[in-house]
Amino acid sequence: MVTIILFAPLLGAIICGFGWKFIGETAATVVATAFLFLAAVLSWVVFLGHDGDTLIVQLFRWIESGTLMADWSIRLDRLTAIMLIVVTTVSALVHLYSFGYMDHDPQFREGEIYKPRFFAYLSFFTFAMLALVTSDNLLQMFFGWEGVGLASYLLIGFYWRKPSAGAAAMKAFIVNRVGDFGFMLGILALFLLTDSINFTDVFAATPELAETQISFLWTDWNAANLIAFLLFIGAMGKSAQLGLHTWLPDAMEGPTPVSALIHAATMVTAGVFLVCRMSPLMEYADQAMAFVVVVGAATAFMAATVGLVQNDIKRVIAYSTMSQLGYMFVAAGLGAYSVAMFHLLTHAFFKAMLFLGAGSVIHAMHHEQDMRNYGGLRKKIPYTFWAMMIGTLAITGVGIPLTHIGFAGFLSKDAVIEVAFAGNTGAFWALVVAALFTSFYSWRLMFLTFYGKPRGDMHTHEHAHESPAVMTVPLAVLAVGSVLAGMVFYGPFFGSQEQVDRFMGVPVEPVAAPVEEGLVTEAPAHGEAPAGEAGALHVRAPQVPGQGAIFAGPENHIIHDAHEVPAWVKVSPFVAMLLGFLAAWVGYIARPSLPGQWAANLAPLHRFLFRKWYFDEIYDVLFVRPAKWLGRFLWKRGDGDVIDGSINGIAMGIVPMATRWLGRMQSGYVFTYAFAMVIGIVILITWTTIAAGN
Amino acid sequence: MDNLLSIVTFTPLVAAAILALFLRGNDEAAQRNAKWLALGATGFTFFVSIFVLAGFEPNAPGFQFLEDREWLFGLHYRMGVDGISVLFVMLTTVLMPLVVAACWDVTTRVKDYMVALLVLEGLMIGVFCALDLILFYAFFEAGLIPMFLIIGIWGGANRIYAAFKFFLYTLLGSVLMLVAMIAMYVDAGTTDITLLLSHDFSHAPLNVLGLNVVGGMQTLLWLAFFASFAVKMPMWPVHTWLPDAHVQAPTAGSVVLAAILLKMGGYGFLRFSLPMFPVGSEIMGPLVLWLSAIAIVYTSLVALMQDDMKKLIAYSSVAHMGYVTMGIFAANQQGVDGAIFQMISHGFVSGALFLLVGVIYDRMHTREISAYGGLVNRMPAYALVFMFFTMANVGLPGTSGFVGEFLTLVGVFQVNTWVAVVAATGVILSAAYALWLYRRVVFGDLIKESLRSITDMTGRERAIFAPLVVATLVLGVYPALVLDIIGPAVANLVENYDVATADFVPGHVVAATGH
Repeated sequence: MVTIILFAPLLGAIICGFGWKFIGETAATVVATAFLFLAAVLSWVVFLGHDGDTLIVQLFRWIESGTLMADWSIRLDRLTAIMLIVVTTVSALVHLYSFGYMDHDPQFREGEIYKPRFFAYLSFFTFAMLALVTSDNLLQMFFGWEGVGLASYLLIGFYWRKPSAGAAAMKAFIVNRVGDFGFMLGILALFLLTDSINFTDVFAATPELAETQISFLWTDWNAANLIAFLLFIGAMGKSAQLGLHTWLPDAMEGPTPVSALIHAATMVTAGVFLVCRMSPLMEYADQAMAFVVVVGAATAFMAATVGLVQNDIKRVIAYSTMSQLGYMFVAAGLGAYSVAMFHLLTHAFFKAMLFLGAGSVIHAMHHEQDMRNYGGLRKKIPYTFWAMMIGTLAITGVGIPLTHIGFAGFLSKDAVIEVAFAGNTGAFWALVVAALFTSFYSWRLMFLTFYGKPRGDMHTHEHAHESPAVMTVPLAVLAVGSVLAGMVFYGPFFGSQEQVDRFMGVPVEPVAAPVEEGLVTEAPAHGEAPAGEAGALHVRAPQVPGQGAIFAGPENHIIHDAHEVPAWVKVSPFVAMLLGFLAAWVGYIARPSLPGQWAANLAPLHRFLFRKWYFDEIYDVLFVRPAKWLGRFLWKRGDGDVIDGSINGIAMGIVPMATRWLGRMQSGYVFTYAFAMVIGIVILITWTTIAAGN
Repeated sequence: MDNLLSIVTFTPLVAAAILALFLRGNDEAAQRNAKWLALGATGFTFFVSIFVLAGFEPNAPGFQFLEDREWLFGLHYRMGVDGISVLFVMLTTVLMPLVVAACWDVTTRVKDYMVALLVLEGLMIGVFCALDLILFYAFFEAGLIPMFLIIGIWGGANRIYAAFKFFLYTLLGSVLMLVAMIAMYVDAGTTDITLLLSHDFSHAPLNVLGLNVVGGMQTLLWLAFFASFAVKMPMWPVHTWLPDAHVQAPTAGSVVLAAILLKMGGYGFLRFSLPMFPVGSEIMGPLVLWLSAIAIVYTSLVALMQDDMKKLIAYSSVAHMGYVTMGIFAANQQGVDGAIFQMISHGFVSGALFLLVGVIYDRMHTREISAYGGLVNRMPAYALVFMFFTMANVGLPGTSGFVGEFLTLVGVFQVNTWVAVVAATGVILSAAYALWLYRRVVFGDLIKESLRSITDMTGRERAIFAPLVVATLVLGVYPALVLDIIGPAVANLVENYDVATADFVPGHVVAATGH
């Protein structure tokens, strides 16, 4: 069944992309969408029916060289199952939505056929993403990893008439390649040490890796830390973490459904998935994990600050995505993989909805994206308004404090923040402040768009209209997810350790006598409570790496600790949310003149944030220009002067001479003679061979 | 059919002779006949070569389809293929019909052009099949002449300079190889490659002109062969003939040059340097690894700044050959597997890229990148194929470009992580230059007046690209087709290499870490 899920989108992409000439444009797009819905339905069947056991399906061989073996295969465990529903559900809805959004795109001229191409790319993306999440080895994962990169590139550059789209597409691919560079080195190191890149073998070898030193570049490193670090660089690229994030805001050049699917719900979460997937390795790599936490927290904070001042509706949501990804990494970096996946799941719903909602607004406003030209749209597009409202309530984390009742983000984001407090106070504060900012910019977006008086082009406002049902129905479905996903999935992702273990397929053994000899030798019990007094603390039998979908080392009590945090910590994100809401309300409803004053009073800060911390400018000076300069220098000076000029100049001095000589001699004849010669040689060789052979 | 290899080698040569001797006139009918005859001959060669591949036993040791006959002056005519060479034969026979089809629109001296191409094909196949030093040398050097003619007669404005540069560069490299071959004959008493492969050349330190040469004779021989093959590959810093040759060569010439001729260097390393002079390779290996890594970064950066499409792809070829030399001298299974795979894959991908340049050159008669832009508006099929091969060129997994790149990196990482890291930056740089090229040529609105009426690919052009696309994709998804054939031969090569270098103690840095 998973095989069908995996290949249905590919088949859809091929039929749609190449077959539309034969079956027609509409039929092609319908086919692609139908295949996606099939995959989505099957994914839910798989997810709900999954018992936690790992299932491996071999498809066929791929790269085999000596001891290096990488097959095309499918690994189905809880992590995969979660990603299956996220990817296929959002993708199916985005396909449906695109029927409305991509109809009559003003970027294309009359008679130009672009829809089959768009749907084919979307379906191809889905296939690549599924290949990524279902892979059983790092190389196939890398295939999916780069495949989604290609799809992302194609879709960002979809409006190929716009120069900015072409530039953004290229930037996305190249920046991602920087991450892939790290990912690939990680795979190489892993193969060098474990002689395998299959998850099963790698996981089994992780305790050993923790004890191994590897000589890499100038010194020796702890193998687990080095590999985890290198793989995480890949994750940083794909998930737009601080340093390798510059492509994500620019990626908003793509059509909005693309932003919703690729740059919010699925592809950008691949990095989080990678860290969770590699949990058996990560658990033994504390330094790398500390780095993950720092990067995640810094990204969450930085992106939230930039989001405060952006005016393009999609860019605000893009920075919000980046920030939320930072949250996920904090959770994963602290060892709470299930919490990271929890936030990934809920975020997929509400962020896809925010993007699709934004798309609906943009659609209604004739592709105007500047929020300064919106205002008062609540009445004009009520469904969209309510969808966006639910999305905003979800992302800002509205719920009843100290209970488990609230919108999706309330449960998952608060879970992350509690984990952060239990693990790293610095990260905790960064995330709480980021939560405040999140609330501010989200409500700012709502107020600027839907409240107040219409601004900008009045003609556009007059013609603003609600989107068709193919666009509002996906919004409604996602709205259900945004409301319920948190409450429904709270237990399995962030319940008791035992609940989580059971969900993730980790064998939950009876708590009897964990101090038996065999177990002690495997993992020395670090002050774990003896079995008899296992009251509050659930005593886990030491888990073998590779058992279940995620691995928690013997010292990992983060889930337990996160439940023990003081009440003020649990309430803090709610307070931050309220403060952000109030600030936005004051600034954009009560006293609309205030934001201008704030910006004027803090002009340098405002400019700093508005220019996105100057990352693009700095990178241009540090990397882009030197590379170009060096390229030109090596070409003109290196190849031209040094190599052609001196080293080989002695030999090549003959060439100009010969050329001059030939010029005088009417070059045509020389070649004729040479030609006659070569034919003569050929005939001679042929004849002698045949003659001598007989 | 015990002379199958000779048939494959000589079919194009005989066809060339027939064309040269019997086809008269230069009218349209004669031109058409010449083209059809050439296409028929290359097609037939391909057909026969299928039997070679089908009859080839990957797991049988040694050479197959052996032929051994008395030849001139007591020399022997010996032919045979093993797992390393058989696929190069196939690469040549697959590509040549496409090359002939690609120059269907040529009108100047068509007959001669076809003759040159056919001669070239025969000689190239001969290089990969020859099992005798002298025969190898004859094929290897004779191949220069038709290529020299192709550049010199059908090339661009500055063709004479480029043709001579190409000729002299490669010839000068080969002179040393000839000297080395004579030395080998003196030492071993035979020119039979199968015997030379098991001959132990001395690696006792030698004193040459007061210099103490570690590895002795092996190192010297290795260096002599290196001079020839490094130029052929080409390796940095003796690569500068290649961009010039490519820019001036006609499309068909560029395709053959990039797709097949360059591979002779890599093949030479695998046939001679590594198995015959293992100690020499072991001593000089680190140097080659570093040259390769530098080549990858250096030429990728240079490629970034090119404004001539062909030059850009030529530099990208040098970078890709960097992976090949790196893989070969990592001297382990993954490295050598990857190097061979990379050569095969590069044959399809770079061939296709040069053909793609040819498609628009035929229409616009310029290779300047700035003369293009927005081609996707009028040439969607072209845009798609170009995208595909751009991605293959940057080594996207799922295309054949990835497999070789990845395996060579796996190989070299086991030997030297510095080199691996430097070389791996190539994945970033290749994306930069390739995508930038694509963006400037294909993306954007069509604003240039001259491009208003440009037409998309014709049926003939599509038919040429179809097999290349299929090959690139199939090898990317199911590389076992190649790896199964080369695997046993490479395993054997690496094993012998390890044995031979194991007892060489000074500077003993055998790549045992991977085991």
